[in-house]
Amino acid sequence: MLGKTAGGLYWMFRSLERAENTARLIEAGFRIALTRSNDAETEWKSVISTSAAQIAYEQKHDTYDSAQVVNFLLREADNPNSVYSVVKSARDNARMVRTALTTEVWSAVNETWMLFSDLLKNPVHETDLPGVLATIRQQSALVRGALHGTMLRNDIYDFCRIGTFIERMDNTARIIDVKYYALLPAPSFVGSRMDNVQWETILRSVSAHQSFRWAVDDDFNASAIANFLILDRRLPRSLSFCTAQIVSNLDYLAEQYDARMPCHDLADGLRARLKDRDIASIFEEGLHEFLSSVIQDTANLGFQIEQNYRFNN
Amino acid sequence: MQSPQGVRPPYTEYDEWFSDQDAARLSKKSKEAEAFFRRTGITFNVYGASDAEERLIPFDLVPRIVSNKEWTKLSKGIDQRVRAVNAFLHDIYNRQEILRAGIIPTELIAKNDAFLPQMMDFVPPGDVYTHIVGTDIVRTGEDDFFVLEDNARTPSGVSYMLENRETMLQMFPELFSKIKVQRVSDYPKHLRRSLASCAPQGCSGRPCVAVLTPGIHNSAYYEHSFLADQMGVELVEGHDLRVVDGHIAMRTTRGYKTIDVLYRRVDDEYLDPLTFNPNSMLGVPGIMDVYRAGNITIANAPGTGVADDKAIYSYMPDIVEFYTGERAILKNVETHRCSEPQTLKYVLDNLADLVVKEVHGSGGYGMLVGPAASKKELSDFAEKLKVRPANYIAQPTLSLSTVPIFTKKGLAPRHVDLRPFALVSPNGVEITPGGLTRVALKAGSLVVNSSQGGGTKDTWVLED
Amino acid sequence: MQLQISHTTHYRYDQPVDYSLQKVRLRPKASELQDIIDWSLIIENGKLETSYTDHYGNHTDLISIEKGAQDLTITASGTVHTSDTSGILGKIYGRAPLWHFLQPTPLTTPGERIKSLARIVSNGENALNDLHTLSAAILKTAPYQIGQTQADTNAEEALQIGSGVCQDHANIFASAARQAGFPARYVSGYLMMNDRVDQDASHAWAEVHLDDLGWVGFDISNGIAPDEKYVRIATGRDAHDAAPISGMRMGSSDESMIVSLQVQQ
Repeated sequence: MLGKTAGGLYWMFRSLERAENTARLIEAGFRIALTRSNDAETEWKSVISTSAAQIAYEQKHDTYDSAQVVNFLLREADNPNSVYSVVKSARDNARMVRTALTTEVWSAVNETWMLFSDLLKNPVHETDLPGVLATIRQQSALVRGALHGTMLRNDIYDFCRIGTFIERMDNTARIIDVKYYALLPAPSFVGSRMDNVQWETILRSVSAHQSFRWAVDDDFNASAIANFLILDRRLPRSLSFCTAQIVSNLDYLAEQYDARMPCHDLADGLRARLKDRDIASIFEEGLHEFLSSVIQDTANLGFQIEQNYRFNN
Repeated sequence: MQSPQGVRPPYTEYDEWFSDQDAARLSKKSKEAEAFFRRTGITFNVYGASDAEERLIPFDLVPRIVSNKEWTKLSKGIDQRVRAVNAFLHDIYNRQEILRAGIIPTELIAKNDAFLPQMMDFVPPGDVYTHIVGTDIVRTGEDDFFVLEDNARTPSGVSYMLENRETMLQMFPELFSKIKVQRVSDYPKHLRRSLASCAPQGCSGRPCVAVLTPGIHNSAYYEHSFLADQMGVELVEGHDLRVVDGHIAMRTTRGYKTIDVLYRRVDDEYLDPLTFNPNSMLGVPGIMDVYRAGNITIANAPGTGVADDKAIYSYMPDIVEFYTGERAILKNVETHRCSEPQTLKYVLDNLADLVVKEVHGSGGYGMLVGPAASKKELSDFAEKLKVRPANYIAQPTLSLSTVPIFTKKGLAPRHVDLRPFALVSPNGVEITPGGLTRVALKAGSLVVNSSQGGGTKDTWVLED
Repeated sequence: MQLQISHTTHYRYDQPVDYSLQKVRLRPKASELQDIIDWSLIIENGKLETSYTDHYGNHTDLISIEKGAQDLTITASGTVHTSDTSGILGKIYGRAPLWHFLQPTPLTTPGERIKSLARIVSNGENALNDLHTLSAAILKTAPYQIGQTQADTNAEEALQIGSGVCQDHANIFASAARQAGFPARYVSGYLMMNDRVDQDASHAWAEVHLDDLGWVGFDISNGIAPDEKYVRIATGRDAHDAAPISGMRMGSSDESMIVSLQVQQ
């Protein structure tokens, strides 16, 4: 496979994952803005900072007005991380690597792009927002379904999956990090209304509010939520789940190419940091410090994969 | 479809089927086809369009039908012409016998921008210059075929030949059980085999073929990726390639891999910044050196454009005769070379009745269709002609045959041309029975180019 | 005359180079004027990728730099036995036809200045004399001076600037001779100057085709016909075609080049 193709597949799926994650962030933020208008500005600010777009945003806008933030995250072409921009980038990458994709995957991505370029042509009205956000999640699921259902399990598939999980890992770590203070075990606030809202937002941001109830036999508390999002291997957006996926897809590559690369050691190292841990030891280490270094390590791993599989010159 | 005697024979069976159809159902089918094209991304980008949008080429669901007898004559004529073009290219870059014999004026080659000195004193692997040729043909009457252009550089459109058939098969499967149509679907397999058989001598094992595209913003990108996909080969861009151990190699996830045959869809000028345009970002530095060293096959060979400009075109009957010893089977359209002062005068005097084309033009750009032009357009064009007469040739407007298309008001006649595709290898010339039929969608119009609002339709060559 | 030549071109880069190619025409071909006794091309920090004979019959080598290197050295050296034929190479032809050497190139497209110079040459019996007169006129109009013109200065521009080096002189001469109706070409090579061993740079001159004599050489910069002190390396229609080295590289590093050339008996 061409190195460029591997890179195109990886970035195509990172972009799609990013579109979906951004939609979730908007959804969670929008909920708070609706229900607790006093906190809206702070909430939007943290959404923007989770999507690592604070500088870009503040260059253009002075206030964190609801409609403005939503528009920035959904549609603005000069925000490289807006849903519009990343879906465009996913589709451009898909065109580039089209010979590696099944017709089903290609059509799903192409359709997604056609749909969004139409849906996002004009600013999205508040009443239409839930529908648009749902469409984003549905389309993302459609592409993923086509991938699972039609693609050979070979290196092409592995690069798609690695892109997905590197992006997801980064995203989950950021979501927790931006609100890490709400997850710190500080007895005086436990159970306060403020915390409850924050916790729910965090869970919603990773579509885990339902699964938490199903999976966790514990009270709604900081430590249980942190444990769920970081260490629970049943949750498809937890850090632990993501690293396990990355390691396993990288291992398939090593097997197929009959060569282990430096990226394999980095990935193993990252997994080791999450394996057989309990949440208390992470609080001990410092939640923020832990998350910052996970974000950094994920970035390094991504970079190493690009190098080892020659995405670029 | 009609002739004075009624329905033309090749259309008889189709006509029977068509008269049973419900117009509303056909309209619906037509919309379905468009949605299918859009979803599949069968689009082309229009240069100069402000929004750089990807457009669909309109598809007409009435096939153009060619009888086996007509096709036999046509394909013989194309075979002959393609062999002559290759012999001409070999000669012009080596001994130049045709110039010595005074058949073609030396000036025509000497001053030709498409003549590449770097190809002199060199024979490409397998002695093949034009691996793929798409000859543009029009029909003016029963058994009367004219060649419009030889398209020896990088003819495009073959993906439409294949996709149009695929669409027809999906929309009207019953038609194909009723009417026996020759297959076109083997084209990608043949293309790959044909390219592989032109691999350099030093290549051992199964030759590695790749398609070189300028990238996703190129107007024909869909076709590039389609062909790579159908052949099962890599689609590469210039920056995927470099010189490794004296060969051109592509960067893969496991290191560099040697390419033996490169089907390039990048123009000569941009092919190698080390040899040609140093500012090209699309090409592969050093590929011409590797080529001359005999370590890669470039398809089509650089410099083939010298065989298909419109000034050389006017000599094609002589070229065919010089190299094959036979009279040309396919006719040439009478061509006036404006470089000759007497001719220029004639052309200026009769501008309103002529079609005037740029010698190196393509895609229908920069051309004047006299009968359709306004007074102002005519006088403006006359000025351009006077400034650079050698840049133009003029041809009479042919009374092109028409074929039916499906419109809101039922069937209506439109002008068409036909571009069959020929593959050339050391084993001979292979022509796929069918081709790209381009149709002028405006009533009376003669311009069929997709960039100028033309459409396409499926082309059927009947069995027996 | 037996000439010993050693020609080293040393490139330095301010950053490691990932990928770079040099197209090198540094191997003389044997002809009536010269026998090649021995010749070699030595590359340091680089690799010979492939070799071939180009459309003008020049030996051409394609060289790549070693990945990550900051230096590349190419040394061409050997011994050539030359003869003096008063500049006449004669009726020796490659595949490139004579009409090809009548066509201008971007570096040799004539403008008003060259057209005016070309009028010196009549197409009659005195052509040879006229061409010598043309050569002298070029040197007078654009005296030899380093640093006023660049590698991509075209013939007409050099005349306008009013000075030039051997490359400009040969380009102008070829352009003007073609304008006057004579096939002409550019020659790059070496010249042994009597008073020194170390030469500043490789040399360039021109050749014109006359029906009776065949190809005849003119060293415009020195106002003489090439003799046994000259070694022909490459020919073409202009300085670009016959350039001893032309290259490209990826990345943003700055390049500097040092040339050392010794020609001696």
